[in-house]
Amino acid sequence: MLRLGLGAAGGAALLILPFWIPSTWQNLLITTFYYAYLGQAWNILGGYAGQLSLGHAAFFAVGAYTSAVLAIQYGLSPWLGMFVGAGLAALLSLGIGYLGFRFGLRGFYFILLTLAAAEICRLIALHLPILGGYTGLFINFTPNPWQFQFQGKIPYYFIALGFLASASGVVWLIQRSKLGAYLVAIREDEDASEALGVDTFRYKMIAYALSAALTAPGGTFYAYFQFYLQPNTVLHINHSVDIMIRPIVGGMGTILGPVLGSFLLELLGEFSRTYFAAGVAGLNVVIYGVLLIIVVLFLPRGVYPTLVHWLRRRPGDSR
Amino acid sequence: MSLLTLAGVTKFFGGLRAVHQVSFALGEREILGLIGPNGAGKTTLFHMISGFLRPDAGTVTYAGKSLVGLRPHDICRLGMVRTFQIARPFLRLSVLENVVVGALERVAHRREAVAVAGEVLELTGLAEKAGSMGQSLTLPDRKRLELARALATGPRVLLLDEVMAGLNPTETGRLIDLIRAVHARGITVLLIEHVMKAVMALSQRVLVLNYGELIAEGPPAEVVRDRKVIEAYLGEDSVGSEAPANE
Repeated sequence: MLRLGLGAAGGAALLILPFWIPSTWQNLLITTFYYAYLGQAWNILGGYAGQLSLGHAAFFAVGAYTSAVLAIQYGLSPWLGMFVGAGLAALLSLGIGYLGFRFGLRGFYFILLTLAAAEICRLIALHLPILGGYTGLFINFTPNPWQFQFQGKIPYYFIALGFLASASGVVWLIQRSKLGAYLVAIREDEDASEALGVDTFRYKMIAYALSAALTAPGGTFYAYFQFYLQPNTVLHINHSVDIMIRPIVGGMGTILGPVLGSFLLELLGEFSRTYFAAGVAGLNVVIYGVLLIIVVLFLPRGVYPTLVHWLRRRPGDSR
Repeated sequence: MSLLTLAGVTKFFGGLRAVHQVSFALGEREILGLIGPNGAGKTTLFHMISGFLRPDAGTVTYAGKSLVGLRPHDICRLGMVRTFQIARPFLRLSVLENVVVGALERVAHRREAVAVAGEVLELTGLAEKAGSMGQSLTLPDRKRLELARALATGPRVLLLDEVMAGLNPTETGRLIDLIRAVHARGITVLLIEHVMKAVMALSQRVLVLNYGELIAEGPPAEVVRDRKVIEAYLGEDSVGSEAPANE
């Protein structure tokens, strides 16, 4: 009952909040929701199924470029193009997943495969004229909501929030289903899962496709928030790291992990930008890195699991 | 009628002949013991029966169906489930969740799986530990959990790989009782075991494997007196002096 009340109050606060805060804060929250959304999508494969992907930028880019190109070339609304992108991203993930899982790549070898796949996508994008190549793809601004283009920040705030809520809902459903139990079992011990009747290949493929399909609309959002796509930004390994780092910091395999991780990293980034960006060039990035190391050192399991552990610990309890 | 039949099963690892021309049949509702010195090929044989390894030659037939080429989860679905020599609990999942994964093989929904898992935990004496994490369990409890997860899949045949290893005599006694109770429910058991007390107490028939070949077969009391078996365990000089050691 208390939790329900808190949830309702929090939800209401999020709904009126953007109307009361300055534009920079709006931006901060949009970015927070947006990365939490991407982290939640990554979480299905990385956090639940335990298959670490360092190539999610590829699915992001498929979502971004598919919706943008379909809109520019054929006038298709990105609201629809988003689903085409999600489908293509799922297909791409099944291709990579087939290679990786059929040949039994685990751990670092799977990470390298996902990284290589994203790099190949980056090189292809750099050389495809229809994607704008090296110069990038510019999207003309026409404030038309049906074209996913809005005046001001507030609509983006609600779209990002809606995306995050939907992805969290999907993860919540997975967690309560047979799929969720199987994914977690695969993460813990693949051979033991097989022995207990889990078709590990099939379930890893499902997790990968779901994760990729959810990542793609994040790319669509980015395309129509930035109005510019460049392969060396959206398909860069840094971007894949940006996607995975939030659930890792926040707590992999938990619903709140990517959300808390995203809030924390956004605040750290903002803090280091505000106080350390003026003097020495790049100092803010160094500070950000140091803060990140501190967080990971002190909360190795992630923010959320550590928080739960502290809250459950009774005062005077030695453990 | 036999439920599981092996004929001429052979496995090489490079130049090493791990299992050679092994043939035997496991009858419905039987408890068959598989013993042999370390490195005799027992676990390799289990791997081939359960689908983790593919035999280089020979056939494995279960309920009239060839198992060669099937993957472990297929074989589990057919009703034959194995445990691992070194217990492999899902460390960061609760005991209940561990068993739920097995139960989901039998029922489609989580809710029913939780109910099935509850019954199995009751049977295996782990009900009180349902909320504990896999990693917090002691060795005897890990062994029980290994068995509980396998039982939750609703098997016809249980393949047990050294479930007694590392247990003290009291714990061994309890686990023997548990396996008897499981058998009484109509489940066929094939067990690899080094602990002779358990082999003698449980097995209706014993197979002895040495250097990948079957060297003896028969009721446990006869097998331990078999000359070749004593040689295999203790070396040729000891023949006539001692039976295989209790561990």
